[in-house]
Amino acid sequence: MNLNNIFGEIEKVDADMYDRLNTRRSAFKEFASAGGKMALAAVPLALGSLFQKSYAGTKSTKDSVVDILNYALTLEYLESAFYNMALASPGLIPGGAATGAIQTIAKHEMAHVAFLKSAIMAAGGTPAPLPVFDFSAGAGSGMGPFKDVFSSFELFLNVAQTFEDTGVRAYKGRAAEIVQGGAYLTAALQIHSVEARHAAHIRSMRKAYGSGVGNVKPWITGKMSGINSPLVQASYDGEDNTKQATIEIVNINGFSISFDAATEAWDEPLTKDQVLAIVTPFFKK
Amino acid sequence: MPKSLSETNQMEASETKISQLSRRKFLGYASAATGLMVVASACNKEQVMNTTSTQNTNVTADGTVDLGTGDIGILNYAYALEQLEAAFYTMVISKPYSNISPMELAMLTDVRDHEISHREFFKNALGGMAIPALDFDWSTITFTSRDSVLGTAKAFEDLGVSAYNGAGRLIKSADYLVLAGKIVSVEARHAAAIRDLIANGTFADDTTVDAMGLDMARKPLEVLAIAGAYIKTKIDPSHLPTY
Repeated sequence: MNLNNIFGEIEKVDADMYDRLNTRRSAFKEFASAGGKMALAAVPLALGSLFQKSYAGTKSTKDSVVDILNYALTLEYLESAFYNMALASPGLIPGGAATGAIQTIAKHEMAHVAFLKSAIMAAGGTPAPLPVFDFSAGAGSGMGPFKDVFSSFELFLNVAQTFEDTGVRAYKGRAAEIVQGGAYLTAALQIHSVEARHAAHIRSMRKAYGSGVGNVKPWITGKMSGINSPLVQASYDGEDNTKQATIEIVNINGFSISFDAATEAWDEPLTKDQVLAIVTPFFKK
Repeated sequence: MPKSLSETNQMEASETKISQLSRRKFLGYASAATGLMVVASACNKEQVMNTTSTQNTNVTADGTVDLGTGDIGILNYAYALEQLEAAFYTMVISKPYSNISPMELAMLTDVRDHEISHREFFKNALGGMAIPALDFDWSTITFTSRDSVLGTAKAFEDLGVSAYNGAGRLIKSADYLVLAGKIVSVEARHAAAIRDLIANGTFADDTTVDAMGLDMARKPLEVLAIAGAYIKTKIDPSHLPTY
């Protein structure tokens, strides 16, 4: 993917996106071409509340694309800051393979931040500012349930897994809004699959280093986190879906496909509101 | 549910060639109404009209498989790749390589089941529009060798990730895009896990993730040029959408 190509296409995509997401206009077009027979579902354009402040000042015609990019940027800020703080915490991450893996992941998250900032500016928007984080999940108190996250390696991996799995689901949850989004969509997909690679590796690290992690696998089984805390469950709810587009996957066409395999084979999206609810405790109020 | 589904069907069948716009609209309504099965059966008539084959509507006289056009073409493209992966892992598990560890056997069995469920999903979703079962050429793979099997698995999974990443922008239906998104991240998990089996820590190394932190994306023709080494059946991707 050539950066110049992406930015070259941005204006074109924006115009198309605006056209498509402008419900009144598209409703009219659909109505006219279908002879007035078709009902039309409006594309929801509700903006989030948590990051609303960050979006003030962006051009109204660019809101749809910039909104989604800033949403992604804010999640990448979260991950990037998290891994940088972990790497800066003496004695947290064992040397050798574990440190190497976290350095690799941190490098990607930092690159995602830089990439998304550039893309937002190229789209005529303003990148959301770097938030103040509280990785204890205490909303700024520093005394939340994960207050030992940078001293307990086990807890650090638990939170890392939750961030990565949530990130994968978060990108998926906005995909429908940028369908036919050209180079934007491709770039989002290219970040999305990197997050999935991270998630798989963090899960393998938990299996290698942790105790009491159950049969945690590189993929998500049912809606199990493998983490002994109800606090992360919202990141896994809905992953136990076995029906895709009305088609039941368990034992499909006579093949012996278990419930576990059927749920593992498909990662499920999370809506923006679900993601915001999950990550809000990690932002200072 | 839109009452216009049968009207839409008649409209589609009466057209000799579906325009991109009407197909897009049609797919959107049909999937919203009843899911992919309906799309497939409703489109079948049109497909039959455009071919002379009595066996499978996608196969030409010389046995070449035409992936088709529009979203159906992209779904058939994905179906072809999932067929390749599922058939490969079925071979791997039917006769595991020498000295396979229980952990590796369990992991590769999971992957096989995931790929079979992807393959069968596409088969059912496409219904009458589905391409037939493809024939494969495994002659370059030594199934008794861990290096050969895992090396091939890594290549297939990375290829699959790049294929979905590259094809996403060609999909017109938001529903199909989300379905592809649900699959591609699992392929990426497979890729990472298999890479780590080969060499721990290579789950997302610089051979697949670039300096901007982006995974690979390949166009359908690039993917099929690579996958073609393992597929005996001739595939015609010339009617797929492009960018």
